[in-house]
Amino acid sequence: MGDFLAANALLVIAIVKVVVVVFVLLTAVAYITWFERKVVAHMQGRWGPERVGPHGLLQPLADGAKFLFKEDPTPAGIDRFVYFLAPFLALSLALSTIAVIPLGPGQIELFGHRTWFSVAELNISLLVVFAITALSVYGVALAGWASNSKYPLLGGLRSSAQMLSYELSLTMSVVGIVLLTNTFSLRDIVEAQRGGVGRWFVIPQILGFVCFFISALAETNRVPFDLPEAETELVAGFHTEYASFKFAMFFMAEYAAMVTVSFMVAVLFFGGYFSPFPGTPAWHWTIYLPAAGGVIGGVLLLLHGLRYHTPLGRIVLPVAGLALTGVGVLCALAGVVEYIQGPFWLAAKVATVLFVYVWVRGTLPRFRYDQLMNFGWKFLLPLSLANLVITSLIVALMRPAQ
Amino acid sequence: MPPQYIPVLIFAVLAAAFPAVTLLIFALIRPSTGAIGAKLKPYECGIAPEGDARGRYSVRFYIVAILFVIFDVETVFLFPWAVDYRLLGIYGLISMFVFLGILIVGYVWLYRKGALEWV
Repeated sequence: MGDFLAANALLVIAIVKVVVVVFVLLTAVAYITWFERKVVAHMQGRWGPERVGPHGLLQPLADGAKFLFKEDPTPAGIDRFVYFLAPFLALSLALSTIAVIPLGPGQIELFGHRTWFSVAELNISLLVVFAITALSVYGVALAGWASNSKYPLLGGLRSSAQMLSYELSLTMSVVGIVLLTNTFSLRDIVEAQRGGVGRWFVIPQILGFVCFFISALAETNRVPFDLPEAETELVAGFHTEYASFKFAMFFMAEYAAMVTVSFMVAVLFFGGYFSPFPGTPAWHWTIYLPAAGGVIGGVLLLLHGLRYHTPLGRIVLPVAGLALTGVGVLCALAGVVEYIQGPFWLAAKVATVLFVYVWVRGTLPRFRYDQLMNFGWKFLLPLSLANLVITSLIVALMRPAQ
Repeated sequence: MPPQYIPVLIFAVLAAAFPAVTLLIFALIRPSTGAIGAKLKPYECGIAPEGDARGRYSVRFYIVAILFVIFDVETVFLFPWAVDYRLLGIYGLISMFVFLGILIVGYVWLYRKGALEWV
């Protein structure tokens, strides 16, 4: 066993990293559904999930159990192989994009080997992300086709046409960043944004950011572009004929795609794992912000939990508050405080983008399909092209060719 | 396959294997379906389904697919140009602008021809 570990250390490290990231991601996906329901509810003046556990915190588990134990009838006349393939394709592709995203700066020590703070370190990670997200059209299109039902077919067709249309402006809006950095490596793109808010690419690439974010909303089939599953016209779109866990897989794929897009927005436009503060000595105290956040949040949760109206909540919430306080104190220790910076700021940015996603859902009505196509082809595509032309001219003027 | 891509492969396989195993285990645990009759029919608002679902559909979708191929090939050219932008210098800038110019003329033609109209 020891020999095997020594000989295949890189493989073992890769597997460990993959397992950890997949586990964290799936848990995150489950709790994003809770987060979304809660935020949308409060925006609409409702309470949202409240009954299952304190503040509805066990709702994702209850939903998961429900999905797993539901009857799963296979409709007649389906294309059996494609029908089973589609949800796997959707979920696997939506999850695996995270593998190439840099999660923290530099390298860490793991089993005596130095390894990058990401699952896979590629020099063309940007292209890999686009390659994988482009493939996710297949999950939706095949699900619609295989179901042998009219609503899924229409939903699948609409959705593939929509994803194709918005993929153009999605990829083209990123060319501006490649022009500025001359690299396809997401880590190099993040490193080019070192040094606080002023260096983030959202400032020179504001047009590109707008195009990217709108296209990403359409690419992940979210409100206001959730035409593929417009329940008022198409029942449930491409997953009408899916039940039980196979339906849950499409659901998870959608939320995993949201997480991926949030990571991409954070990495490309908001400085990835760097703190928003400049790295000068005057701002050195900001490295204790994660710890302060943990302690303050933990104490507030503790005080709130002690007054919670159910007995379970009066036990669970204070314990969670104590744990959070402990993590906060741990984050202030020398040796930990440096490592926690990258993941903390990246997670904070991803959470912010996810909140904006939910906010958009709570605010905007759905597009009509012809408006959607017009918007993509006649507005976003020219806009991203204009961004590209302007950026290339400015780069040529400001930095003469070497 | 270069070694640095292996984690991506492991990731994709694990991300597919996890739901596969879950599906398999719970197919054994959950109540077995005695689904018969209308339950197996494709959903059509509770009415008996009429005709074949995989019929004809709008030609619009084909046009979108063709337009996508045109513009996606364009982005394929844009990415290598952007990553070597400094090396190519002013010559690269002018070449790409000529290419984009031809493409924009085509885009304007499509626009005026009505190919981008959905209805």
